[in-house]
Amino acid sequence: MNPALRRGIFSLLAYALLAPSAFAGESINLYSYRQPFLMKPLLDGFTKKTGIKVNMVYAKKGMLERIKAEGINTPADVVLASDIGRLNDMVLADVLAQTKSKELDSVIPANFRHPDGLWYALTSRARVIYASKKRTKKGEVLSYEDLTKLELKGRVCIRSGKNVYNISLLSSVIAHKGKEQAEKWLTGLKANLARKPQGNDRTQAKAIYEGVCDYGVVNTYYLGKMLTNDKKPEQKQWAASVRLIFPNQSGRGTHVNISGAGIIKHSKRKALAVKLIEYLTSDEAQKIYAEQNFEYPVKAGVALHPIVKAWGTFKADKISLSEVAKHRSEASKMMDRVHFDQ
Amino acid sequence: MLLQDAKPFTAKAKQLLAPFRDSWLTGSVIIALLAAAPILAVAFLAMTSNGDFWGHMVQNVLPGYITTTLLLMAGVGLGTFVVGTGTAWLTATCEFPGRKFFGWALFLPMAVPAYIIAYLYTDLLEYAGPVQKSLRGLMGWQTPRDYWFPEIRSVGGATAMMTLVLYPYVYLLARSAFLEQSSAVLEAGRILGRGPWRNFFTIALPLARPALVVGISLVLMEVLNDFGTVDFFAVKTFTAGIYDVWLNMGNVGGAAQLALILLLFVSLLLFAERWARRRQRFDSQTQRAPANNTQKLEGLHSALAIIACSLPIILGFVIPAAMLVSYSIRFWGDEANEKIWQAAWNSLTLSGTAALVVTAIGLFLAFAVRENGGKTIKSVSRIASMGYAIPGAVLAVGVMIPLAGLDNRIDAFFRASFGHSTGLLFSGTIFAILCGYSARFIYLTFSTVEAGLSRITPNMEGAASTLGAGRWEILKTIHIPLLRGALATAVLLVLVDSMKELPMTMLLRPFNFETLATHVHQYASDELFEESALAALMIVIAGIIPVILLSLTISKSRGQ
Repeated sequence: MNPALRRGIFSLLAYALLAPSAFAGESINLYSYRQPFLMKPLLDGFTKKTGIKVNMVYAKKGMLERIKAEGINTPADVVLASDIGRLNDMVLADVLAQTKSKELDSVIPANFRHPDGLWYALTSRARVIYASKKRTKKGEVLSYEDLTKLELKGRVCIRSGKNVYNISLLSSVIAHKGKEQAEKWLTGLKANLARKPQGNDRTQAKAIYEGVCDYGVVNTYYLGKMLTNDKKPEQKQWAASVRLIFPNQSGRGTHVNISGAGIIKHSKRKALAVKLIEYLTSDEAQKIYAEQNFEYPVKAGVALHPIVKAWGTFKADKISLSEVAKHRSEASKMMDRVHFDQ
Repeated sequence: MLLQDAKPFTAKAKQLLAPFRDSWLTGSVIIALLAAAPILAVAFLAMTSNGDFWGHMVQNVLPGYITTTLLLMAGVGLGTFVVGTGTAWLTATCEFPGRKFFGWALFLPMAVPAYIIAYLYTDLLEYAGPVQKSLRGLMGWQTPRDYWFPEIRSVGGATAMMTLVLYPYVYLLARSAFLEQSSAVLEAGRILGRGPWRNFFTIALPLARPALVVGISLVLMEVLNDFGTVDFFAVKTFTAGIYDVWLNMGNVGGAAQLALILLLFVSLLLFAERWARRRQRFDSQTQRAPANNTQKLEGLHSALAIIACSLPIILGFVIPAAMLVSYSIRFWGDEANEKIWQAAWNSLTLSGTAALVVTAIGLFLAFAVRENGGKTIKSVSRIASMGYAIPGAVLAVGVMIPLAGLDNRIDAFFRASFGHSTGLLFSGTIFAILCGYSARFIYLTFSTVEAGLSRITPNMEGAASTLGAGRWEILKTIHIPLLRGALATAVLLVLVDSMKELPMTMLLRPFNFETLATHVHQYASDELFEESALAALMIVIAGIIPVILLSLTISKSRGQ
């Protein structure tokens, strides 16, 4: 064999073997759909408290396939997701372990955890409506359904219909009102859009500030993040230009989504995994979530961030999230049928 | 007596085993099969589709996806062809001020990932961006309804962005082809009274065809596997559809079916192109061109050449790089930058290793195809190199399945025989990422080397072989030296592409492992792209260094 080639192969093997080992000391392994930098303060807190090191792989696509392929030898113990859809996919694929924890059951409300303990919500966020302070009247829009009013033509902005948050919102409408009504609603919403769905949630606030549209459908926490963004102060102006509306207060309530965690079926460190989830729902961790990310804690009695508190209390849609997640495939197809993104 | 009987038997066995004794053929078939494994795994995955989505797709979205994808392919294909070959022709054969500088500077936009240039130009050109703002200030317009401005988040916008960062692929291959063309042929054209334009269209361009095809096919495959840019622009391409079926409809098998269709489509295109030039040969018997074979441009022509060469650099590199620099300064010392050095080191070592490994594989396969010419090796190599057309995350799943399968088999064997579990040996390691890069980037190296080989006359091997040289020796003493330019190109392509690679790295990586690209994605996906601008800038800078080094090598290989 060519000596260069031989050297290459050897260095490759050495490379593979010397790759940072995930098994040194007492540690726990996370597969995460949430960004490491968002999780860092929480995981650091856990390590400080317990001495258990947390390793992490972050990916947005294919994590489920990785868990399935790795099978009984998967190194992963816990999966973190930022949307009910991903958790539900894991439930359907049967890769999560049934978990029993009195503490978790007492801390987390029943609609925020799987009945068999396959997953637990860690935070919740509401999908709300931002309205231009300048150009909208209070009371004009009070519900998701109001967004389809004729007088709103050309005044509504939203990100891509295929985004997980919009898929979940539409799934909840399907779950409540059935396919037919939901499609009617979606068609009406599409007809009122000021422009092709685009950008992310912050983009919609920016568009309202710039006068492209008057209403936007957005998650709550982005408003907090923009209001406190010292690095990009222009975002404070975008945020200051909008008023937050919690839709459907006199009806089913505002659609909420969760971020959550589940324990992997083939985890070899399930006790540690439960410990981690318990920590993430502790007062200490829930406070970090609330303060750093402007999300709603799932644990009752944890103080909200003052900005979040100022938005006031609201009635959340209490429908089971597993029920909502069932309609995701249909929601995605519905987005196609009304050509929502075109 | 015994001996006599044995003779025909051994002869027969020899005959039967002949193909396997040929270490080249066996080796190359094995390597090609290994390289093709991820694609075969995707094919396997396609059989697991659950639920019917085809009816829905065909009725509602598929025609739209196909039209958009074809439009994008046509636009970017044409755009990169015009910009790439135009600038390559100017810098390779004309003399004008700054020609040497443009020679390498035109590569620069290649280092800018398409998704990053898309972010940056959106900041610049959208309604709330500085360009439209100053226009409104200047003209007194008040609302979006007062005037028309091209929408950046559109097929047109995506075409422009991709053209700006992908034309260097065509440029790279076209330029080395033009540089390697014998001046005698062009001189013959000139003597026969052809002007520079006719010479270009009737001689240089047709002669460069294999290289141009490689360049444009690289571009088109990049267009097909791109998700970052089209997702950000909400442009619904076939690839967007693949992810939709996978992630929103929860049907990975369906996504694999769609990916295979994409692959089939690309294979057909490439096959058609090969078929169209099946009777043509592109090697040349003549000596290399002397370096002074350039046409001097004067006055207006020279000014136009300078403009034509600077525009792609300014739009594709200077503006985005300047924006990244300004963001980096603004967010300097931010916590996002703490781990950036480790990420940079990871990116560099990973890309460097990948460049060498994948080039070696590409060289080996291309040479095996040339030498053996058998159908098996040809078709397996072609399948192996098609990974480039598949969206990264889907191919990553294709890499994971055989790798984890192997891990679990080894583990089961050790458990059964020794009562000891080995766990996962390869999955979730850097080796797994390298397997992923190999599966994805073989096309880059295989096709550049193949195009390079097509310009070497088989007579040389014939002569060497008559003189008793073995195949290794021929490869070492004849091909590799003659292929220096092509090999440098291959290394450069893999190096720069690996630096930018995102979906495979994300999914296949070990715990706590970040590259510059995954670092940028972390922040960009939380709508904080600017905070990771320094990492994005480092991707670009890390891409520039090999670009300059290798363009020097390519020039040197021409003896300039």
